[in-house]
Amino acid sequence: MTDLTKLTLSQARDGLVAKKFSARELTDSFLTAIDKGNAALNAYVLPTPEHARAQADESDKRLKSGNARPLEGLPLGNKDLFCTNGIRTTACSKILGNFVPAYESTVGQNLWNAGGVMLGKLNNDEFAMGSSNETSAFGNVVSPWRRIGKNGKPSTDKLVPGGSSGGSSAAVAADLCLAATATDTGGSIRQPAALTGTVGIKPTYGRCSRWGIVAFASSLDQAGPITKTVRDAAMMLKVMAGHDAKDSTSVDMPVPDYEAVLGKGVKGLRVGVPNEYRVDGMSAEVQKLWDDGIAWLKAAGATIHDISLPHTKYALPAYYIVAPAEASSNLARYDGMRYGLRVNGSNLTETYEQTRAEGFGKEVRRRILIGTYVLSAGYYDAYYLKAQKVRTLIKRDFDDAWNTVDVMLTPTTPSPAFAAGEKSGDPLAMYLEDIFTVTVNMAGLPGISVPAGLSSQGTPLGLQLIGKPFDEETLFRTAQVIEDAAGRFAVPDRWWIKG
Amino acid sequence: MSSSKSEAAAKPSNLISGDTGDWEVVIGLEVHAQVASNAKLFSGASTEYGAEPNSHVSLVDAAMPGMLPVINRECVAQAIRTGLGLNAQVNLKSIFDRKNYFYPDLPQGYQISQYKQPVVGEGKIEIDVDGEALTVGVERLHLEQDAGKSLHDQHPDYSYVDLNRSGVALMEIVSKPDMRSAKQAQAYVTKLRTILRYLGTCDGDMEKGNLRADVNVSVRKPGTELGTRCEIKNVNSIRFIGQAIEVEARRQIEIIEDGGKIDQETRLFDPARGETRSMRSKEEAHDYRYFPDPDLLPLELKQDYVDGLQQHLPELPDEKRSRFMKDFGLSAYDANVLVAERPSADYFEQVAQGRDGKLAANWVINELFGRLNKEGKDIAASPMSADQLGSIVDLISSNAISGKIAKDLFEIVWSEGGDPATIVEARGMKQVTDTGALEKAVDDIIAANPDKVEQAKAKPSMLGWFVGQVMKGTGGKANPAAVNEILKQKLGI
Repeated sequence: MTDLTKLTLSQARDGLVAKKFSARELTDSFLTAIDKGNAALNAYVLPTPEHARAQADESDKRLKSGNARPLEGLPLGNKDLFCTNGIRTTACSKILGNFVPAYESTVGQNLWNAGGVMLGKLNNDEFAMGSSNETSAFGNVVSPWRRIGKNGKPSTDKLVPGGSSGGSSAAVAADLCLAATATDTGGSIRQPAALTGTVGIKPTYGRCSRWGIVAFASSLDQAGPITKTVRDAAMMLKVMAGHDAKDSTSVDMPVPDYEAVLGKGVKGLRVGVPNEYRVDGMSAEVQKLWDDGIAWLKAAGATIHDISLPHTKYALPAYYIVAPAEASSNLARYDGMRYGLRVNGSNLTETYEQTRAEGFGKEVRRRILIGTYVLSAGYYDAYYLKAQKVRTLIKRDFDDAWNTVDVMLTPTTPSPAFAAGEKSGDPLAMYLEDIFTVTVNMAGLPGISVPAGLSSQGTPLGLQLIGKPFDEETLFRTAQVIEDAAGRFAVPDRWWIKG
Repeated sequence: MSSSKSEAAAKPSNLISGDTGDWEVVIGLEVHAQVASNAKLFSGASTEYGAEPNSHVSLVDAAMPGMLPVINRECVAQAIRTGLGLNAQVNLKSIFDRKNYFYPDLPQGYQISQYKQPVVGEGKIEIDVDGEALTVGVERLHLEQDAGKSLHDQHPDYSYVDLNRSGVALMEIVSKPDMRSAKQAQAYVTKLRTILRYLGTCDGDMEKGNLRADVNVSVRKPGTELGTRCEIKNVNSIRFIGQAIEVEARRQIEIIEDGGKIDQETRLFDPARGETRSMRSKEEAHDYRYFPDPDLLPLELKQDYVDGLQQHLPELPDEKRSRFMKDFGLSAYDANVLVAERPSADYFEQVAQGRDGKLAANWVINELFGRLNKEGKDIAASPMSADQLGSIVDLISSNAISGKIAKDLFEIVWSEGGDPATIVEARGMKQVTDTGALEKAVDDIIAANPDKVEQAKAKPSMLGWFVGQVMKGTGGKANPAAVNEILKQKLGI
């Protein structure tokens, strides 16, 4: 039998329906791959093989009786930010300890109700704060991609898989699952997708329920999938999305059949290319990638338009006020009183201080401090309020632009994957990873990253498409055109598999 | 505390005399009223009082990871009804903010409250103190979550937390600093409580902590700028509100007269010691880092919705009092007594319906309330229904029974129950108005007492003796007025 883990989500679906293999066989292939490969990559923080096999067996019954659901028997990874009923959930922070929720996130439940099989919980930056998966309490995730050295041989440098959904991107790229859940607050789906040659879509704010997902910054957080192909992303989002009465910010709109728009092409589509994304220090190869994207879309019948989003340069600083402010409040509940870690002190204040000092990692502490500062009396107007005003202006930029274009094309990141440790000592350099992605969160828009090429060192690069609110369909059909033109980018060598 | 726009001159009767002259006390109140609702403000957990600790706690109330608040629409409706009942501006857009601070009985690490844009803006409450009317301004009303309860007396080394109250909806109703005496403040809270109970938006039960007040007190020489205020937290009875204001005003006056100055601070009232003491100073005050709660959308209301609530608002005490005075000819005093509690007013109205309103009011206030008071009973627990009392009033109005018999009848119905008219028939309590029967009784007395007849002719006031005899002879059932008439006729006086 061929290696089932190399299949895409849609190929696996077709194979199951055609009874070429069973859901159990498919799941077992992935469990074996995790067994052999996870030690080197650290993508999973908690594989759940028994749970997976039980779900797969149930899927086989349904497949047999012809009652297959949309994702029947398809093995998926679940980011550890998603609460899982009866299964440890930590947001990759020490402060949650061995917390076991008594509830399942809405997005997770949607997947399991559709027949999805959960292989385990995936690593991420602690509380989703990071762009390289180096802040996890469970240690770094290693990208399956390796740079090609000057000698033409793979370097031994351990590359980052991006973050915060680094476990998700690495697991999908390394065939340790067919697709994975992820979340995106400032780029945490799209940036890791770009760095690992995978597809990642952050839908419009309000498209997916946030209920049961550990909160980072409530007004920016959105769930979405990381997958091997555009079609797979369409399949996943269709199931993950939908209105949820338990999340006041979730939007009550019908979820279209995203797969149905794939292949419709981009003839006549107006594609905007925002000037402000041509930032200093952008590498020539990223510029070339962007030009390639423009050329592919033009060749497919789209029209290209130079546009301006004048407040783009304020997006990143404003983001690093709004997101930490919300985080400082969202993370106040981790106080050692009801669940998770508690370090007892001699009085209440000491217990709070010791618990939170020990439970939170450095980056999380840094953001809590920033957030607390910008909300403090006397600073609120100068920081938080001003950042919210910037946010309004950013939204207005986009609103104006949508009068002349239907979708926008930008690079996803300014540079390809870097090695672990390269940026972790310099928070500002790390924050710049989000420069092309945060505006989309600030404006609440949908954005997708599609693999579009390889860097000179043989590592993936992605292009980002930005859409109108709730117009994920245009993103999918445009992304399909890019994927068709650029081809797929599989990791050349499965060096991480042991034994 | 900002000064009111139009400052009336201080009333001498409200002033407190100190060593350096008269002082005026300025009072503003922040009343926390628990919204009458089955479920909490942002979760479906029950609000039932007195349950086992931590038995009414949802995942949201316990602030489990990933949990989100969803507004309880009924709590919003209750806040709007209250605003309308206070003649206040209802804001069609309001915002829920987070008030951040750490405490074990605050699981989220923040309280969801309304800070800059409350659901209800300015309104007013009319109060009456010793017959003098006063309008107290309402600054705002906002919705917020209650915290849980810390229990410090359950274990030698640890404190326990009960989250049953965590997330219960409160209305914070902030007055303007318009009150100038403890009595006025007490009248304000009493009136507010009455309005809330009429509206059914808060049960006003202060013993359960469902209504409590933070009292802001400052003192000044009349006509001068406002003094520095102290806030006395969580005073939970109307009596204590009065006491707290009086001792706090005294304390402040003494400090100032001794050459000291008042520090702005939060204080606690200790009823056992009859004093207030410092809880935390301004420097120790929290920085709450308010910001709009990103988990909740702005609360947006349609005018039609507010209008609909307005239409279904019950009649409020002030309107009811005016109507009682107009429709039933009641005195302001009687009307006030009757409208103080909606069940009393409803009871009275049922008794008065189609009957003599004044007579009904007399019987409700003097006999019924008197009796309920004596037995420590609430009107809801009255053994006598409004229909029963109405029937007694009917029997009096139709001259079927005398006033004296009516009191006996009241006793019987109170303790034994039953239909008053049937009791009157069955026990022969009916007043004799049949002229034939009365004439016979009069004739009998005249015939038996010729000497008295002579005396009466000389001294007409002797008529009373004859009336008494007839009444005695009929067991009190004779109609005294009819007897009087017949006697005058027969005796020719």
